[in-house]
Parts: sequence; C-alpha cells; structure tokens
Amino acid sequence: MSGIPHDHYEPKTGIEKWLHTRLPIVGLVYDTLMLPTPKNLNWMWIWGIVLAFTLVLQIATGIVLVMHYTPHVDLAFASVEHIMRDVNGGHMIRYFHANGASLFFVAVYLHMFRGLYYGSYKAPREVTWIIGMLMYLMMMGTAFMGYVLPWGQMSFHGTAVITGLFGAIPFIGESIQTWLLGASAVGQPALNRFFSLHYLLPFVLLGLTIVHVWAFHTTGNNNPTGVEVRRTSKEDAAKDTLPFWPYFVIKDLFALAIVLAVFMAIVGFMPNYLGHPDNYVPANPLATPSHIVPEWYFLPFYAILRAFTADVWIVQLVNFVSFGIIDAKFFGVLAMFGAIAVMALAPWLDTSSVRSGRYRPMFKWWFALLAFDFMVLMWVGAMPTDGIYPYISLIAATYWFGYFLVLLPLLGVIEKPLPQPATIEDDFNAHYAPKAGADASANSAE
Amino acid sequence: MDKQRQNGLNFFGPSFPWAIGPTKESEMQAVSHADDHQGTRRDFIYYATAGAGVVATGAAVWPLVNQMNPSADVLALASIRVDISAVAPGTQLTVLWQGKPVFIRSRTEEEIAAARAVDVSELPDQGAENENLLGEEDASDENRALSEDGTWLVQMGICTHLGCVPLGEQGDFGGWFCPCHGSHYDTAGRIRKGPAPRNLLVPVASFVDETTIQLG
Repeated sequence: MSGIPHDHYEPKTGIEKWLHTRLPIVGLVYDTLMLPTPKNLNWMWIWGIVLAFTLVLQIATGIVLVMHYTPHVDLAFASVEHIMRDVNGGHMIRYFHANGASLFFVAVYLHMFRGLYYGSYKAPREVTWIIGMLMYLMMMGTAFMGYVLPWGQMSFHGTAVITGLFGAIPFIGESIQTWLLGASAVGQPALNRFFSLHYLLPFVLLGLTIVHVWAFHTTGNNNPTGVEVRRTSKEDAAKDTLPFWPYFVIKDLFALAIVLAVFMAIVGFMPNYLGHPDNYVPANPLATPSHIVPEWYFLPFYAILRAFTADVWIVQLVNFVSFGIIDAKFFGVLAMFGAIAVMALAPWLDTSSVRSGRYRPMFKWWFALLAFDFMVLMWVGAMPTDGIYPYISLIAATYWFGYFLVLLPLLGVIEKPLPQPATIEDDFNAHYAPKAGADASANSAE
Repeated sequence: MDKQRQNGLNFFGPSFPWAIGPTKESEMQAVSHADDHQGTRRDFIYYATAGAGVVATGAAVWPLVNQMNPSADVLALASIRVDISAVAPGTQLTVLWQGKPVFIRSRTEEEIAAARAVDVSELPDQGAENENLLGEEDASDENRALSEDGTWLVQMGICTHLGCVPLGEQGDFGGWFCPCHGSHYDTAGRIRKGPAPRNLLVPVASFVDETTIQLG
C-alpha cells in the first residue's frame, strides 16, 4: 500500500537545499509532522501521545535516579531510602518514576483496547499491531525488573515467583531459571543484571516506538469508521484528512494536559496508593509476605496463571495426553503467555472484513464483555485463592480465550454488519454538519 | 530459468530484499555453469561465507550468554552445620542455606501420627522427593523424615509451585501453607491441595552428632 498522497517537503532557501542534498532530515521531520491524519479521530486516539510522553518521563526520571541508587543486596534498600529522604527533591522524582509505570500501563491498556474495538489490528496494520505487542511484552519485563530494584519484600519474593514461571518449563526449566538468576536463588547476581537490563530496555523500547510509528505512517492511521482514507488523488485525500500539525498535535497536547492533571494529583496526594506497603520492608529471604500480589497492571494475567489448577478437567486432560509433561503448573504458565499470544494473533483470528466495531452489532457486545472480563480478571487476581474466587477466575480466563479463539473467527461468518459510510468525509459531515446545514436545523428548531 | 532462480540464496524469491546471486537475465548468461543444478563455485562461496558468519557470531555470543550462569563463588558448594539443641518439639528452625530457606522441624507425636496415617496412593505426588535416597522411593513419611523415629523433618522452605516460602502450622492439613497461590502441605511436607506439583524437597542432610545437622 502506498502512502496517502500529500505535499512533500520542498527546500526553498539556499541553505535548505544545501542540507537537503546531503542529509534530508528536515524533509523527514516535515513529512512526519504534516502527515495526513483522518479528521474524524476521536478521544481514544490520544493514548499514543500519552505513551510517548510517559516513555520520555520514565527515561528522564530513571537516569537521575540511577545517579543515587546502589545495586547491591545490602545497600539497595538503603539507597532508595536515601533518595526518598536526603536527595534534593528525590522523593518526588522517585514517586514520578514509580507512578509513571502505572500511567504507562493505564495508557497502554486503553491504547490496546482502542485497537481491539476499532479493528486497528486488521490488514494492512498487522505489523504495527505485532510491534505493539512486542513493546507491551518489553514494557512488562522492564516494569517487573524495575520493581525488583528497591529490594523490598515484594521485590524479592516477586522475583522468586516470576523467575519460577520459567522453572515450570519441563526438563530445561530449572537450568533456565538458574541462568536468569545467576544462582539457584534470588540474590546479588539477579539484582545486578536486572538493574542493567532495566536501564537498557527503555532505549530498545524507544527504538521500537520509531518502528511502530513508521509502520502506521506507511499504512496511514486507522479511524473510528475503519474506512480507509481515499488515495485516489491529493484532493480526495485532503477531504478525508487534516495534517498532523497543528490540528492533532494541539488536540493531543490538550488531552495530555488533562491526563497529567490526574497523574499529578496521584503523585502529589496519594503516591503510594498503587503500591504495596510490604515493599517498604527490606527483603528477607526467610519469610514471604502473607499476601503476595503483583502490581495492578499484571493482575489480569496473574489471575489467568492461577485459574488453571490441577482439578480443572482441561488441565487433567492435557496432563494425560502429554504423558504428564504438562502439569498444572506448566499449564498455568502456558495459559498466561497464551493469553497475550492470542491477543497478538487477533489480526489472523478475526475473520470479519469490517474493521470498526461501530458497524458490527454482535461484536460490539462481545467486545464490551471482553473489556468487563479484563476488569474482572484484574480484580480477582488480587483476591485470595479460596472460596468463590478460583471459579470466577476460571470463568473469566475461559472467556478471554473464548473471545479470541472462538468468537473472533465465528462472528465474521455469522454476523451481518451495518452499512459503513462510503468515505471518512461523509462520516465527518454527518457528525459535524457543514455551516449551511447547521443553520437550517437551528431554524427548524425555532 | 525458474529452476535457476530457486538455486542458491534466492529461495525467498527474486524480490526478497537480500536475495543475492544471479537473478537478472544478463547475469544468468554470465554464469558459465548455467545448466549445472549442483550449484556454482559462486554459490559455494556464498554458503561458505554465510557458514563462517554463523559460526563466528555463535562464538561471539556464547560467552555473553554463559556469563549469566552462576559464577564460581556462587557455585562453590557450601555445606553448613546447624545446632538443633534448642529446637523443642512442635517448633521449627529456619536457616538460610545457599540463599534458600531450609525448614528444620521437630515434629510432635500427633504430627508424625497424622503423616503416617496417610495412604500414599492418595497423594498428588507419590515420590519421596528426598535427595538422600535413590529417587525411586514412595512418599511415605518414613522416606521423608531424617530420623528413624520421624521426629526430625528437614526440607527446603521453597514452595514447589513458584518458589515462595510456605508458612508453618497452617493450611488444611496442619503442615505448611503457601500464601502466594494457596498450596497446602501436610505434616510431612507433602503437597495435598493447590497448584504446587511436588512435595517440598528434602535436601542432602545428615546428623553429625545428636544435636547437629549438616546440610549439603
């Protein structure tokens, strides 16, 4: 697919021409900023900018935190307290960094569910989607390793649990776990390497961000109608789009200001609300905190990990068929990673040719249920493992897989989609009637 | 012609960005062995270069991977001796050995009786999981306790599910309970309920004298 036709950068002055023939960097920036963007983008299209901002925020605050932090089992906890109490403004920088992780995941989940509802993952945007999923995995790894660094109780025992996931792999699991930890148990080697990787991965993420943006600048943005921008001529394209600068930059900055107002309120007034008090207790290898739960953003997948216990019939069946190689523990691990894998495969599981959920009467409700299911998983992931909770997490986990593996392929076949607008311009005019039409309706109301 | 295109490194198709080798008509004719389907000398050079590149890359990457394995000081097997003279019946001593907690419990008569009353065939994990034994033995209480009379039970304080430290004298079976994901162990440290697949591991341990246990 060729790009949307639009005016490209033309160097005019002598110095611009001189530079352009040697390094066309001004043209690259110009074409990126003036990219024709569908003019009907709604407020769900702001999360990409929020994510880009958060990445920069995390890198900036992270680099200065490293100036005061010591990655050693005996000193790490004290050095974090030193940041909190002694370093000028250190408590604020650390609270920005810690809550920045939460902002990151709020934004990424809304960004992903936006894509799932409006079919942004569908052809020709599969590569954008896959790169996005890779970035999401990398974000989770980075966030997890960052949580280890303060070397509190949750850091320590969380590391034991998460690296234990790899230990569940049959035959080679234990050696992989030892390799990851650099010892048979969590200790100095693990802390040191997690620190190194926690510093590295955000820059890889930055590189992937550029590839992610490159991919959807090649295909053009999706939009709430899912109808493509007309590429027949520059004039047609101009009727469906507006340049990114200034229209969408200003819109996104406005949205960012509102999101950051909420963020600042949390950082300023309740900076520990999303954390666990147990992580203000120095790591103690001899005692696991009585109620160990991961950070809120991991809870949905943590719930899926715990949902498949040995008394579930499908676990027993798989265990029997695999001659006991896949036990309940490994099954849980497979289910957790599988839950993310099925989401990554959405472009190929969804058989509907209609992109936007707006024109899919049945899909709409199943999608709403998926969003609700995600919230249920997040809630049940923090609950104890007795009473009614295991059943709730099992049902919720089953729906997650059912949505991607059964409903997405099936709905495309049995659903009768609603008529879509012929062009983005039509849809736009239907919502924001041109001046003449507005006057007419005002008159008729009188 | 088409067969030639499938030769060499063109198996991704002629439009593949990295496709090298003869694809254009003019180049095809320039190759003297155009009908030689066994491959040309040039193909051999391509394969040899790619092969050397793979070997060199592997040789360069392996040290970077291997440095993450446990270092010599970590690997140096430390065995420790633990004084158990102060451990009264019904209490547990937890010591750190090789970075992991070890439970040393002096069991009461009731705990031993409860553990011995269990039918091994009803257990989720019927292996002894005792490193002092050969590995074939069943999970009877006698095969897990360190002392003949069953008083002393020594086991790793690592839940076999995902490595949390279980809590003592808790759970549905009066043994250990893992708070992370709800695994219940009985008074012999055997898994009875919950996601953990195996009994708590019994490490290599022995009595040095009546009040001293050596781990490792």
